[in-house]
Amino acid sequence: MLQMSVNSGSSAVPNGAPARTLAQLPEGEAGVLDHLDLPDDIARRLMELGFLPGHIIVPARSAPGGEPRVYRVDGSEVALRRETASRLILRPSEESR
Amino acid sequence: MSDCHDCDGCAVAVAPPPLHKGARTHVVAIIGPPNSGKSTLFNRLTGLRQKVANFPGVTVEQRVGKAKTNGKTAHHGEVVLVDLPGVYSLNPRSEDEQVTRDVLAGNMPGIPKPDALLLILDCTNLGRHLVLAAPILSLKLPTLVILNMADDLKSRGGHVDTAELANELGSPVALISAAKGQGVEKVFQFMEGTSAGTTSLAPPRIELPILQDIPRCRQWAHDVGTGAAYRAPAPPIWTRRLDSVFLHPIAGPLIFLLVVAGVFQTIFTGAKPLMDGLQAVIQTSGQWIEHILPPSIFRSLLVDGIWSGVGAVIVFLPQILLLFLFIGILEDSGYLARAALIADRTMSKFGLQGKSFIPLISAYACAVPAIMATRTIENKRDRLATILIAPFMTCSARLPVYTLIIAGFIADRPLLGRFFGMQAGALLGLYVLGFVAAIATARLLKSSILRSERVPFVLEMPPYRWPTLRSLGLRLIDRSKVFLRRAGTVILLVIVVLWVLENLPVKNGQPPEIEHSFAGMIGHAVEPVIKPLGFNWKIGIGLVSSIAARETIVGTLGTIYGKEGTSESEGLRNALRSDLTPGGAVALLVFFAFAMQCMSTIAVVRRETGGWKWPAIQFAYMTFLAYVCALITNQIVRSGIFT
Repeated sequence: MLQMSVNSGSSAVPNGAPARTLAQLPEGEAGVLDHLDLPDDIARRLMELGFLPGHIIVPARSAPGGEPRVYRVDGSEVALRRETASRLILRPSEESR
Repeated sequence: MSDCHDCDGCAVAVAPPPLHKGARTHVVAIIGPPNSGKSTLFNRLTGLRQKVANFPGVTVEQRVGKAKTNGKTAHHGEVVLVDLPGVYSLNPRSEDEQVTRDVLAGNMPGIPKPDALLLILDCTNLGRHLVLAAPILSLKLPTLVILNMADDLKSRGGHVDTAELANELGSPVALISAAKGQGVEKVFQFMEGTSAGTTSLAPPRIELPILQDIPRCRQWAHDVGTGAAYRAPAPPIWTRRLDSVFLHPIAGPLIFLLVVAGVFQTIFTGAKPLMDGLQAVIQTSGQWIEHILPPSIFRSLLVDGIWSGVGAVIVFLPQILLLFLFIGILEDSGYLARAALIADRTMSKFGLQGKSFIPLISAYACAVPAIMATRTIENKRDRLATILIAPFMTCSARLPVYTLIIAGFIADRPLLGRFFGMQAGALLGLYVLGFVAAIATARLLKSSILRSERVPFVLEMPPYRWPTLRSLGLRLIDRSKVFLRRAGTVILLVIVVLWVLENLPVKNGQPPEIEHSFAGMIGHAVEPVIKPLGFNWKIGIGLVSSIAARETIVGTLGTIYGKEGTSESEGLRNALRSDLTPGGAVALLVFFAFAMQCMSTIAVVRRETGGWKWPAIQFAYMTFLAYVCALITNQIVRSGIFT
């Protein structure tokens, strides 16, 4: 489930494909977190809530207007604003390679 | 704290070191992540034997209680429980984490270093919650690992082997349901064991991870869970179903508006019969006391001062209780998090966040419960901003003042059709004025002294649960105690001081005419300062007296003009009309919209922010704003632009 060692430090995206952020992930579709493009303090706070590299995140319902949105991550549901979700960079999905 | 500072020496101590005081108290701290049911367990263990305060100098709430041990053990010391704030780690980034660290290290003044710990975790989400076990177990204090929500785990098909988990962690493990009271006896047994010194510590079988590395800690928690045959439960079906309604793009906001309107209506009008009833009881009992005591200056102090003054504050109790009943239901059921989610986008435009919404709405009834309700906001800066702007909302204590002045000075000409006249328009305008001042202040705060280092908005969505009567009842009792204690201390003192000002110096054994009392002297003394606002010395006395509570000015003006002191009094209206310019009257309305003329609010802000700094800043700011805006208003009206 956790694939930390495989991935730590791979912030560069292969094949030059644009990096997808959590904010761009459609509702109900699973994505794997690659890294958090946030200051260390804030990144740690989110990591404590389960937003860890290698974890699967699924966007769920949102407030009217599309934000904040609830994300299913590591067994719980956590709502983030778009400004935060757009700093969580996902791994390129398998089929896009 | 003379004993054993860094527990190196007593890493495997059998008995916790005794405190140096004569009577030995056994201190047990409860620690756990947010939403783990920590407070529910604390309430289970202590019942009514608890008190709430703030940790010295910070906004973090401190709850300390005595455990209801049934005294079966030979040992006579009592068990004191300390409820620590909800944290995910011990990295001191927030005030909550700092407080938790300080208490655990024995560095918190007034709280002895805990002898034992209760680590409470939500076992429906054990993988993530077990992360906190690493830093806690490394403290090497006797610790009971409590897996809460056992009923949820079972009903949703999850599983954990507690014996194996205890083996791995080297600490006893109890599977309980704090809300239902299942398995709580194991917690009592543990506390009796540690206080009698019969609990031994075993080193964890599985090596603890390096604490700073969150991914490693998470991996460690995962391995521990796997070792204990942990099977995560199925997703909560009912929560998903309810969210598809409560967070529906159309139904969601509609339900939200209904809930808000319901809360508002209840605290505003639903509480009125109760408040009127209480008012009648206070008045009647006051008259009764007046009747049985011989006439004297002390009877006057007791009846006119203390009884009616403290009564004027206690009258708000039904409103406060109703509001907290609502907030309790919303919070315990899990809906409050959904409401905060829906309100967040709007609130973020003012530099606030979703959780500020319910407290601000409550402030339309009374700022005091609103400020107490900000405890649901975890982000300290957002909470402080909400506390600082809440008194701008038009509370019900402003209404008697508004009613009196509007009825006296504003002609009831139709403004928009037959049902919306100038008077209604003026009242609505005052509501808008307070709201605009609040959001402008919020923006100002968030871009200046409360500029946060971009703390992201993070909101955990707990599963929906039925609120329990027990938890709601304890919450109401707790809030009533806080409120009544304040009414009995700070407010009582201010009331006595005001009474002294209004009834001294004594002339020929009689209290003076109000003009010649100390209050009257103050009124005359401040007249030069308030003259530019269009106020005379009589209004000055009214302003001094209204520091107790805003509506007091109506009664005071009644006394000064020798008319009936109510907002419907025709005589008082006429007296004011002949004594006050229209500019002064409108300026008075504006002054009351902005000024922090309410000692209950000042007292509650002091309590909730843990010191006099913020209430002092807030009082100065609001008074300054009130003065400047009243000054401008008076000048504009006098210049005759609107006539």
